[in-house]
Amino acid sequence: MCATCGCGSLDVLVGGKRPPRTQNRGPISFRIPQNNVDTSVAERHHHHSPQFEQSPDTEQSRVIQVERDLFAKNNALATKNRNFFAAHNMLAFNLVSSPGSGKTTLLVRTLNALKEAQAMAVIEGDQQTDNDAERIRATGVPAIQINTGKGCHLDASMVGHALEQLEIPQNGLLFIENVGNLVCPAAFDLGEAAKVVVLSVTEGEDKPLKYPDMFRAARLMLLNKCDLLPYLNFDVAQVIANAQRVNPDIEIILLSAISGEGMDAWLAWIASAANAQRPIALQ
Amino acid sequence: MHEMSLAENVMQIIEESARTQNFQRVRIVVLEIGKLAAVEPDAMRFCFDAVTRGTLAQGAQLQIIESPGTGACLACGAEVEMQEQYGLCSSCGSPRLKITAGNQMRVKDLAVE
Repeated sequence: MCATCGCGSLDVLVGGKRPPRTQNRGPISFRIPQNNVDTSVAERHHHHSPQFEQSPDTEQSRVIQVERDLFAKNNALATKNRNFFAAHNMLAFNLVSSPGSGKTTLLVRTLNALKEAQAMAVIEGDQQTDNDAERIRATGVPAIQINTGKGCHLDASMVGHALEQLEIPQNGLLFIENVGNLVCPAAFDLGEAAKVVVLSVTEGEDKPLKYPDMFRAARLMLLNKCDLLPYLNFDVAQVIANAQRVNPDIEIILLSAISGEGMDAWLAWIASAANAQRPIALQ
Repeated sequence: MHEMSLAENVMQIIEESARTQNFQRVRIVVLEIGKLAAVEPDAMRFCFDAVTRGTLAQGAQLQIIESPGTGACLACGAEVEMQEQYGLCSSCGSPRLKITAGNQMRVKDLAVE
């Protein structure tokens, strides 16, 4: 288990290395002598809670009230990341989409457009391979790859570990490219300023209705591969209506990372988000 | 399948409780899952069984209580019941609903010995 945040999975690699750990996860046995057990807790908490279905086991057991949120740990680490970003005056975006929507191509084009003017860095999340980080590094922007192994999303502790190894873009931008998956990344706050969902026109118009969590969690939807629209049966008005049905406040930009159409609107959105987030940077 | 990492979180909470409350065995785990939380109870059960194998919670019964989803209408202020992550206000028809309850997920109680 990791010393700083207690992350447990042995499969996760950050920059090709395992995050530092104190011990490996495994069966834990408790050897507490019976006379050391504080039975006052048991007496205090022993009650027949109506939540428990009648079961013979319950009769010999004591019930303890835990009341702990499953996301509490991730949220605390996300807050730590958010404070880190604020301390370095960085703006972080969490890019989410299904696999193959063109996130990395879009990111490469974005980095090339902004790299003369902005300090930037990228955290790449994939189950396997360093391919995406390689593509990013080819632009000259530092990138670190997180391999989640069997994991289907990035969480705040993985990003925290990546920040330990990353060249920090002071006063700049951090793009976190999440694992291609329209389900799980929606639930995990990484400390970002905004989630940006990328949907390509080669997918269905009903994606926002099928995966509402993600479109609800996102502040901006980028509709990518719009250069292909003439060849497809894709209803742009319908996908916009569907996205707004799930998230009435979602902002939407149509673009193509290949042809470059709509890129100006995306870059302007980044600039306005940066100004809103960091009024000091304007002075 | 983020149910796997959620099940690992449940296990972490159990292990921490075992340390502070001195117990060696968990018989029942009561989870409260909001109707609007993006979790599939069946997947959760499957992952819980996998994650608890070889631990003090091996074989524990997982009880899932579903708590209702509610939202506040940003247009008219009504408090409405929500079955899904999105919908229309039952009072004024606006789609601008903000979830106020039902997206949380927590370990409520443990029966231990």
